[in-house]
Amino acid sequence: MLKISDLVKKFVGEKTASVAAVNGISFEVEEGRFFTLLGPSGCGKTTTLRCIAGLERHDEGTIFIGAQVVSSPRDRIFVAPHQRDIGMVFQSYAIWPHMTVFENVAFPLRVGKKHFDARQVKDKVMRALSVVQLDALADRPAPKLSGGQQQRLALARALVGEPKVLLLDEPLSNLDAKLREQMRVELRELQRQLGLTTIYVTHDQSEALAMSNVIAVMNDGKIMQMGHPRDIYLTPANQFVADFIGSTNFIHGTARAGAVETEHGVLQCTVPAGIRAGDAVLVSARPESIIVHLEKPANTQNLFEGQVQLAIFLGEMYDCQIQVGGQLMRARLNPAHRVRRGDNVFLQLPAEYITVLPANG
Amino acid sequence: MQLSIPRPRLSNFRFDPRWIFLGVPVVVVAYFTVIPIGMLLVGAFKTGDPGVAGEFTFNNLLHAYADPTLYPLLLNSTIYAFGSSLLALVVGTALAWILERTDTPLKSLFYSLTLVPFIIPGVLHTIAWIYLLSPRIGFINRSLVSIFNLASPPFDVFTLGGMVWVEAMHLSPIVFVLMTAAFRSMDPALEEAATTAGANTWTTLRRVTLPLMLPALASVTLIMFIRGLESFEVPALIGLSAPTRIPVFTSRIYLALKGFPPDFGLASAYSLILIGLSVVGIYFYNRALKRSEKYATVSGKAYRPRTIELGKGRYVTMGLFLFYFFLIVGLPFFILLWGSVIPYFTPPALDMLDKLTLDNYAAFNILDCQPGQSFCLRARAAFTNSLMLGIGAATLVMVLTAIISWITVRTNWRGRGLLDLMAFLPITVPGLVMAVSLMWVYLTFRIGVYGTLWILLIAYITRFMPYGIRTTTATMVQIHRELEEAAQVAGASWRHTFLKITLPLLKPGLLAGWVYIVTVSMRELSTSVLLASSQSQVIAVMIFDMIEGGNTPRLAAMSVLFITFLIVLVFGAQKLGGRFGVRD
Repeated sequence: MLKISDLVKKFVGEKTASVAAVNGISFEVEEGRFFTLLGPSGCGKTTTLRCIAGLERHDEGTIFIGAQVVSSPRDRIFVAPHQRDIGMVFQSYAIWPHMTVFENVAFPLRVGKKHFDARQVKDKVMRALSVVQLDALADRPAPKLSGGQQQRLALARALVGEPKVLLLDEPLSNLDAKLREQMRVELRELQRQLGLTTIYVTHDQSEALAMSNVIAVMNDGKIMQMGHPRDIYLTPANQFVADFIGSTNFIHGTARAGAVETEHGVLQCTVPAGIRAGDAVLVSARPESIIVHLEKPANTQNLFEGQVQLAIFLGEMYDCQIQVGGQLMRARLNPAHRVRRGDNVFLQLPAEYITVLPANG
Repeated sequence: MQLSIPRPRLSNFRFDPRWIFLGVPVVVVAYFTVIPIGMLLVGAFKTGDPGVAGEFTFNNLLHAYADPTLYPLLLNSTIYAFGSSLLALVVGTALAWILERTDTPLKSLFYSLTLVPFIIPGVLHTIAWIYLLSPRIGFINRSLVSIFNLASPPFDVFTLGGMVWVEAMHLSPIVFVLMTAAFRSMDPALEEAATTAGANTWTTLRRVTLPLMLPALASVTLIMFIRGLESFEVPALIGLSAPTRIPVFTSRIYLALKGFPPDFGLASAYSLILIGLSVVGIYFYNRALKRSEKYATVSGKAYRPRTIELGKGRYVTMGLFLFYFFLIVGLPFFILLWGSVIPYFTPPALDMLDKLTLDNYAAFNILDCQPGQSFCLRARAAFTNSLMLGIGAATLVMVLTAIISWITVRTNWRGRGLLDLMAFLPITVPGLVMAVSLMWVYLTFRIGVYGTLWILLIAYITRFMPYGIRTTTATMVQIHRELEEAAQVAGASWRHTFLKITLPLLKPGLLAGWVYIVTVSMRELSTSVLLASSQSQVIAVMIFDMIEGGNTPRLAAMSVLFITFLIVLVFGAQKLGGRFGVRD
């Protein structure tokens, strides 16, 4: 449904040379999928989205919506934003303050290529408003809505024209935490029901993990890893992804056959193809996959001994900082146990939950 | 077989339509702003009058600057401008602090009243104060003499001190508005922190508030100093009527051009000093502004600061405000109203009450002028001209500046900075100097503009372009770019986006700017006084000329009518604008 190939977008600085905000990225989104661009601010995710919308002109590459090329600088093709079949929700929502709720949603139907008579417009607008549960507020001036209502209004306005692709630019970032979690569920449910191909931009990893079919993690204008949320979390492809998604412990070491030699001992684990024995590597072990033993267990491999430096009781668990050799490692402990600062503990790093990454990043 | 014809390599040169969008405004703005100032510079270094071939010379400057009268001129101008700006600063800042930070009653009434002094034209303000403080006929002087049995009138408006007082009263509302904004942009938590640290109100004000306000105070003083230097009404009406003339730069330029033969070289040389001072002032003002933004005390939180409870003292501060409005609006308007309902001018007195008459207003029945009533016809012409010029200038300025600020705010086209700068240039040109510059242009190029309404229209457009730019840019910045992008994504073409989104959102700002320019154009005197002719008379100049005519009751009646018209215009437009505006 949507295909991007080799997209490059450069910005000319006031005095500096041009900087590539997006530097050669490619991906494809199948119909009805929820695709997320995830990354820290300045990674190029919003620029990518704006290129898809046609709000920015990119310098190289091709963008397809459906079978149509909507933008390709080499072939001098550029379809203006208003002629691309898209709906978009902006970070600021961009609700037009001089219109009512109804007029905001009716706008795409009134100015678009297809013509609708007044009755059709009314039907479609009211249907879109009832989808987001704003039908009771149709005649209200748009600025009189709360933040959550404005967000839903922006969504209704993006949906009403039944676009081929829905573009969402950090739509939840201006909401408070509780509302954000609620909207996350509602938005995903709505997208599933309507079967809309959706591109979602966010810097919030938990949003990305919870909502997406596919996540593309971006940094410095490039895609660092693309895949199902579970794969991205459990088998990060590099140090950036492991660090950016969730929290993790990095342990330096040297690759051996089926193991990594670290300063704290040898870890048995799967060494991915491409890493040869003798290479410097980083082992990533997430706090929740480390098992903390208070007594030394028998017959257990991948065991490090350490001393508790800090144990913070968070209700559902202890968040522990444990000194292992010269390194502080984070691990979680079931609150049924009791630990105190200074206790000696044993950390088990199960081979199936740790990831070996090349050390250079 | 296909013929291959070698074609010139044109592929690198592609015509870009933005050259038209950028080029046309650049040419138009340059015509209005750059050419007059350029011609003035040329004129200052040239022998001969406008339109006469001359050669390069320093004589104009030498004549002006080596003249023995330069020293008192410089001294007068400095004392006058500095004195009035300082007095206005003290009054305006104190009032702003009281209204922003204390629990003085009737606040909202005072806020809306501060609009009124802006509406009263400077020429009428000055005339009113002459009637109040003149040693011979001044109402205040007469009253004090009779109440306290004084031997001589205590005040004399025809002195440098009198000029400082009248100009300071005129400038103080501007200081009030600027300082109110400065107080509002300061994080009140900084003051509250001082209070919780144990400082009392006075210590907080002295040790925290004022030091933090220092950049704002300095830049407001500077801008008021420039306004004082550039002011024309007080120096012309009071300074030149004093028993021994008290000339300042503006009145000196006026005399040089009104004398016979007019001395263009001298006027241009003095104009250069004024422009120079004003460029320096505005440069430092902008620098101070930028620096204060860098060390911003602004928190962005829009909460109202805790107000200081004055207890019974709040009636004292309320009294101060009432007295202030009495001084700058009540008394001046009262004296003009009084003058307009008596048959011959005399200070208000009880024994005149039975002579009250409305006859003076009869001459202004401009909707029904009889042939032969030459005054009525002239008044009608002046009113029509002023109204047409005001509406014309305001409309053209708003259209032009809306386009310019769209380019500067929304595009990244090269050259947009230059456009903004050129449109802002006239802010450095005092009204009288603008007139001198335009005389150079249209006496040199005789294309039928000089002596007609066109030169006034051009003058107003040029002078008020900076105001237009300021309003439209501020409005444009407030409209989030995503509001326009959302329309594009929703399927709206460029035209639809502009007509249905951008324009409606700009409307309240554009309307406010438009009304403002209509009123300031109609009040304008310092440029018009040199450019208006008997064929192109405007109200402000007609009033100015009537002062010498001596028909005071008729002058007073005209003043009252003019002020009433302007007040109705401004408040009516506000009501109307409120209905069109975005209610949020």
